[in-house]
Amino acid sequence: MTRRAVRWVDQRTASAPLLRKALRYLFPDHWSFLLGEVALYAFVVLVATGIYLTFFFVDSTKEVVFRGDYYPALYGQRMSEAYESVVHLSLAVHAGLLIRQTHHWAANVFIAAIVLHLFRIFFTGAYRKPRELTYWLGVTMLMLALLEAYMGYSLVDDLMSGMGLVIGYSVGLSLPFVGQNLMNWLFDGMFPGSANLWPRMYIAHVLIFPILIGLLLGAHLLLVALRHHTQFRRKKAQTERTIVGVPAWPGQAPRSLGLMVGTAGFLFLLGGLVQINPIWLWGPYHTYSSTNGAQPDWYLGWLIGGLRLMPGFDLTIAGYTLVPNPFWGGAAFPLIVFGFLYFWPWLERRFTGDHAFHNLLDRPRDAPVRTAIGIGMISWVFLVFLAGASDRVNVTFGIGYVSQIWIYRVVVWVLPVLFGFVAWWTCRELQASEVVVQERHAAEAEARLARMRRRHEPPGDPGALES
Amino acid sequence: MSRVRNAIVSGLVLLLGRRRRRRPSEEETRLVPALPPNPAAELAVLGLLGLSSLSAVGFILIYAFADSVPAATPLLGATIGLAFLFLAAALVVVGLKLVPTEEIAEEYPPHEHPGEQQVIAELMDESGTRFTRARLFKLGLLGAGGTLGLAALAPAVSFGPLFHVGDFLRTPWRRGRRLVDENGKPYKASDIAEKDFYLAFPEGTSDEQKNQMAASLVVIRLPPHELHLPPHLKGYDANGILAYSRICTHAGCAITLYRAPLFQPDEPRPALVCPCHYSTFDPATGGTVTFGPAGRDLPLLPLYVDSSGYLRAKGNFDGPVGPSWWGVRLWKAQP
Amino acid sequence: MRAVLTLAALAAATLVASGPAGAAPGTPKDPLAAYGYHLYGQYCLACHGPNAAGRFKEPSAASGAGPGRAQGQQGGIGPSLQGVGALAADFYLRTGYMPLRHVGLQPRRRRVFLGEHQIRALVAYIASFGGPPIPTPRPDLGNLSQGQALFTEHCAGCHQVVAQGGYVTGALPPALVLATPRQVAQAVRIGPYVMPKFSRSSISDRQLDSIVRYVEFTKNPTRPGGWGLGYVGPVPEGLVTWFLAIPALLVLCLILGRRLRS
Repeated sequence: MTRRAVRWVDQRTASAPLLRKALRYLFPDHWSFLLGEVALYAFVVLVATGIYLTFFFVDSTKEVVFRGDYYPALYGQRMSEAYESVVHLSLAVHAGLLIRQTHHWAANVFIAAIVLHLFRIFFTGAYRKPRELTYWLGVTMLMLALLEAYMGYSLVDDLMSGMGLVIGYSVGLSLPFVGQNLMNWLFDGMFPGSANLWPRMYIAHVLIFPILIGLLLGAHLLLVALRHHTQFRRKKAQTERTIVGVPAWPGQAPRSLGLMVGTAGFLFLLGGLVQINPIWLWGPYHTYSSTNGAQPDWYLGWLIGGLRLMPGFDLTIAGYTLVPNPFWGGAAFPLIVFGFLYFWPWLERRFTGDHAFHNLLDRPRDAPVRTAIGIGMISWVFLVFLAGASDRVNVTFGIGYVSQIWIYRVVVWVLPVLFGFVAWWTCRELQASEVVVQERHAAEAEARLARMRRRHEPPGDPGALES
Repeated sequence: MSRVRNAIVSGLVLLLGRRRRRRPSEEETRLVPALPPNPAAELAVLGLLGLSSLSAVGFILIYAFADSVPAATPLLGATIGLAFLFLAAALVVVGLKLVPTEEIAEEYPPHEHPGEQQVIAELMDESGTRFTRARLFKLGLLGAGGTLGLAALAPAVSFGPLFHVGDFLRTPWRRGRRLVDENGKPYKASDIAEKDFYLAFPEGTSDEQKNQMAASLVVIRLPPHELHLPPHLKGYDANGILAYSRICTHAGCAITLYRAPLFQPDEPRPALVCPCHYSTFDPATGGTVTFGPAGRDLPLLPLYVDSSGYLRAKGNFDGPVGPSWWGVRLWKAQP
Repeated sequence: MRAVLTLAALAAATLVASGPAGAAPGTPKDPLAAYGYHLYGQYCLACHGPNAAGRFKEPSAASGAGPGRAQGQQGGIGPSLQGVGALAADFYLRTGYMPLRHVGLQPRRRRVFLGEHQIRALVAYIASFGGPPIPTPRPDLGNLSQGQALFTEHCAGCHQVVAQGGYVTGALPPALVLATPRQVAQAVRIGPYVMPKFSRSSISDRQLDSIVRYVEFTKNPTRPGGWGLGYVGPVPEGLVTWFLAIPALLVLCLILGRRLRS
């Protein structure tokens, strides 16, 4: 039965050699190698739920009057067709809310998983030659995912999403020399743009960006497979030349499938049980309305932090404004972070002079400087991220907002250096303790050997072993 | 019910057992190592698969009767989520307990393939030997490719007014235009009380036009003795009534916070605040920034009171409305 | 508690200092208001001054050994309560906003300090100076959707669109979960601390009914999607992502990554 099926496929596709190889593709063993898979499966859930949502969403900002008797708190209000369609989808379509919430949770988890995956790649040095291309594709996908998620958040056109969109618009507008023209072009006029904006953003969100991410994802996985996985040196047999792992079939397949189905399960569970972005409560957006406590989703929290931390000035020379304020927190900050990510493999090679092939991974302690720089960078971004939530911290814990902002303005520069140094020191200490342990083991082994020799060597008969 | 399930389970176990017994002769030539059966794990997998199907059926039932089920979404999420999770659990048990997990060692692919590299390079080089003017040819190819690329991109210019940016300075305000509320009722100066704040639009704008950034105002009244407008804004108020642009000069959010102290000696001074990044503007001094990231004063619209007591614009804003762009300070708001 | 005692002691001292005790000139005839007058001397006088006329810091130029200087050192200053009426007195006492711990603080909702009878007496005393009565909002007459729109226009900037509270530079607009309909109506007309004071031309009484109805709605808003997370949007959602979803998935990864031990 199995044989007949395989023959049928092979005769028609000539793919048996390829399939055979694929089935025996080796997966080295470590739990952290699964983080990228979680991101992949969250993407699968995003596409699946997203397709369902497109059947209900209306990509128009034409103003309509809400006449849904299922939600009296908005009855009779003016709103865009886009917002109305999402309120309808959420409150009047069976399972509509479940799918929408699952989509939103999946987006949050997707980016979280990418970030964790990136941390793993960074701290183990997995981006080194020959895998720089794979790494750059991954960083690009992270950037695309951020933009994609931001557009999804904006498309709903509720009060919060409108506020997010105008902030993004202002950041674009603040780009020196090109900002005004660029935004005028993208939005087809000054904010809130023309009727063309929503179809544009919609097609970007549901077609262009998903396809781009999908293509890059395919290339990313292909490159991983062509060069094979990296591995930790956990066994003697695992070397730069020899990979040791579990074959895709039968060892890895049920595990990966289980992870996929499990990820979907958690996301649907969240989608049903934990409310996310209750847009019917936010109400419609108009340029002249806003609400307190408006925040972006977590993955853009670092940008709102950057925007809030900047002291209030536009860089102006002789009455000519060169750089408006939102540029620093909203554009320069992420450009620096992504610039760092893109240039890091090159920078490291430059300073270490390491041009060798690497199939074995470092442990974080094996490269103290890299680990220190990584920790410093992460804590820098994370502290700015925390600053973005300082108003809610004030509301919840009563620590004054203004004092928080001033503390962050200092701490954001001091603590990363400190954390980086502590990381470096910890790595060195761990290395040193390993050396001690190794030396002790070596000494013990030597002593054991010597003892054995003494016991087995009959005195005065050196030639006994030879015979 | 449970008896039926037991029957099905034992039947499946039997079936699987029979198949395994049928091929003992292959034992020597196996690719995958043979391991003894694990009936407990097998049973667990079957049980989990059964639970998964039950949850999925539950999902369908709740979906079908969603109208009469209270809290349909949580129940739908719980059932479909559990269906997935039971399936995942089954796969985990299969992966950890039933499928043989062999570790295999294998060579990494070679670092490079010099032979193939050589062939590819030769193919490229030798195919071009008939081109005697290689450099010119490359230039021509580059030119054609580049211009075609530009031609392909050119239509994208019609996305929006890329080079016509004058709209940024256009506002619906001109001298004599009355200030009206959201329902179109004109404001009288006597309507504007101290410590209150009002949303205003130019008279005669459509709902869509109200969304233009330069249309909306936040109107307040301060006691004239508290006003300290800078010289170039003298006369912009109408007996202490001030009309500021409602759009923050930092990131374009609407200014919907008016800090109006009840008892001034003890409390923070009056301020207009944007809820996005808490830029704080002092209305008494012409909208200067006192805290937060905004880099430019809030634009002020000059007002006067006509003979019937209505509030009217005296001209246009003292600066461009909305978030800043490069060169913003060189421009003046225009009607 | 200690602060209150201090205030009371201060009040007593000021009473003695400011005039002959007993048959004070401002004693109202109504017995309830008269009891209120007594309580006023105990709890309010130190800040709001005799006859609810308010007390202000003397300008430092007017130095000297006079009573003004003594008052300045005591630091007790507060607005006049003449004309604020029963509306404001009832609001401040029933929310626990007054008596205030320290002058200059933002009044916060606290355990109500005075008993029902005492509050009624104080309200009667303050009302004897004139001013608006205690309002009776009728949320049942209001329109929920209009209330939502009005709340967004006038209130959401500070109190957040689902009335969960927020931040404004220099103050913390409270969440309105504990505010009764009457207190919401009172606060709109008073504008406590730095809140704007909305006139009837800005928010009519009928509109106020709608706003109150919406605020009542926000105390338990439509929650079809499960656990509400406090109705403030992305911050708690991010916490759930990182502290619930990601750990769960990490556990799954750990289980699946644990190989070759069996």
